[in-house]
Amino acid sequence: MSRTEHLMSLMTGDEKHSAAATSTLDVIRVLYERVLKVSPESAGDPARDRFYLSKGHGPMAYYAVLAEQGFFPEEWFADWGSYDSPLGYHPDRNLVPGVEIGSGSLGHGLPLAVGTALGLRAQGLASRVVVLVGDAELDEGSNHEAIELAPALSLDALTVVVIDNGSSSYTVPGRIERRFATEGWHAVTVDGRDHDVLEKALTHREFGRPNVVVATVEGKY
Amino acid sequence: MDARTQFALTAADLVESDESVALVYAEISGQFFGDVERRHPDRVVNVGIREQLLVNVGAGMALSGMRPILHTFGSFLVERAFEQVKLGFGHQDVGGVLVGSGGSFDISSAGRTHQVPGDVALLDTLPGISIHAPGNALEVDAALRATVGGSGLHYVRVVGQANRETHPFRPGRFHVVRRGGGATVIAVGPVLDDVLAATAGRDVTVLYANTIRPFDAAGLRAVLSTPDVVLVEPWLAGTSARHVAEALQDRPHRLLALGVPRVEHRHYGQPEEHIAAHGLDAAGIARSLETFLSPAAA
Repeated sequence: MSRTEHLMSLMTGDEKHSAAATSTLDVIRVLYERVLKVSPESAGDPARDRFYLSKGHGPMAYYAVLAEQGFFPEEWFADWGSYDSPLGYHPDRNLVPGVEIGSGSLGHGLPLAVGTALGLRAQGLASRVVVLVGDAELDEGSNHEAIELAPALSLDALTVVVIDNGSSSYTVPGRIERRFATEGWHAVTVDGRDHDVLEKALTHREFGRPNVVVATVEGKY
Repeated sequence: MDARTQFALTAADLVESDESVALVYAEISGQFFGDVERRHPDRVVNVGIREQLLVNVGAGMALSGMRPILHTFGSFLVERAFEQVKLGFGHQDVGGVLVGSGGSFDISSAGRTHQVPGDVALLDTLPGISIHAPGNALEVDAALRATVGGSGLHYVRVVGQANRETHPFRPGRFHVVRRGGGATVIAVGPVLDDVLAATAGRDVTVLYANTIRPFDAAGLRAVLSTPDVVLVEPWLAGTSARHVAEALQDRPHRLLALGVPRVEHRHYGQPEEHIAAHGLDAAGIARSLETFLSPAAA
């Protein structure tokens, strides 16, 4: 068991986690360990890279990675979800160091990320904004407003990573990548468990257009 | 100059003069923003007909450290995208200035889809939001400059109905327009002229509020002569009644709350016809006051 999984077990009480609890784990680890320029020391730096966890439910992997990166102490895990704990079942940026947005209601993170990418560009900052959404979260129409606008405004600081565990009720194989590509995004689909492949895909940048990485993981059920 | 044109001019000037200010809109009012958008394409952004995105793009900009102005018709800005306002600004705890035009009946000929008498009642569910009802174009200019230059979350309601006199922007404090020995009448935003006309022959106090949240409870208590309080609001009747009740919870009082009724008003025509139909013109306000203040009703 990795250090991160050990930290997760402090929250879940399990040595083995359900697929749902860990669907985001590898992507978030690769982002913080290999891709994003952000740390507890640079958490207040306007030029830091941003990670927006839009799919706010099942945040244990996110919390575990943040704690492992040193954003907050792992002692916080003992009573997570309790009245006085900053760690809830949906993360709150005003309670947890390192958390960039409060999320839980689906379909907000990507539109917020579009605004942040625009704001950073207007301020001449070269930071990246990486936003994680779930495949079923893309049911929310608000995402599609953002998927259309981001390439139209050439937001190349923006990266979307879709965790695809096939949980949308009306899923169509291959549709996510095709939909983003149709709107002008650079789009790839990769193995959401392979760290080297994820690193390559998440590090990739396209001049003048945003990119999406569809990270496929095993089904929820 | 009308209030909406003034808003556009002031917003453009704020974008020109402050690099931290952004203007986000959704097609509506684009005819006013061409020059400033060409000069500052990174800070003046048209998101197309996408109001959910409008609000969250503004909130996302605020998260990056900018001060956003967000604008479209109030109906789409507040009602269509309300969860974006609640979460994008409120829950994230970032600030910005929402500017809704049209109000309760400016776009009367377009029908219910373009009318938003419920905007203030809905926004009033959000903790900490400041709500401004400038009474004419000059008050729009002052409110926008102060709120964009300040901090926190604000709603500025830009409408066609206008007062002749201009009062300073003074959030949290009502203006005492007239002192009398009888009832206290609170005129909110552009209804002041009609309130003054309706009360011309009466010994009443008239307060004027071009900011209604925060509500000036101390100001109301300070001028109260008799237990009679009248609220005249250009949006849903009774929207501020809760604040009157809280301000006067230890003082015997009775309240007449005038405004737009909740029943859907299925008529087109001109704004003036809607104002009259809602009893918010001088004659209508005078009739309501007569009933409320006549000895038989007491």
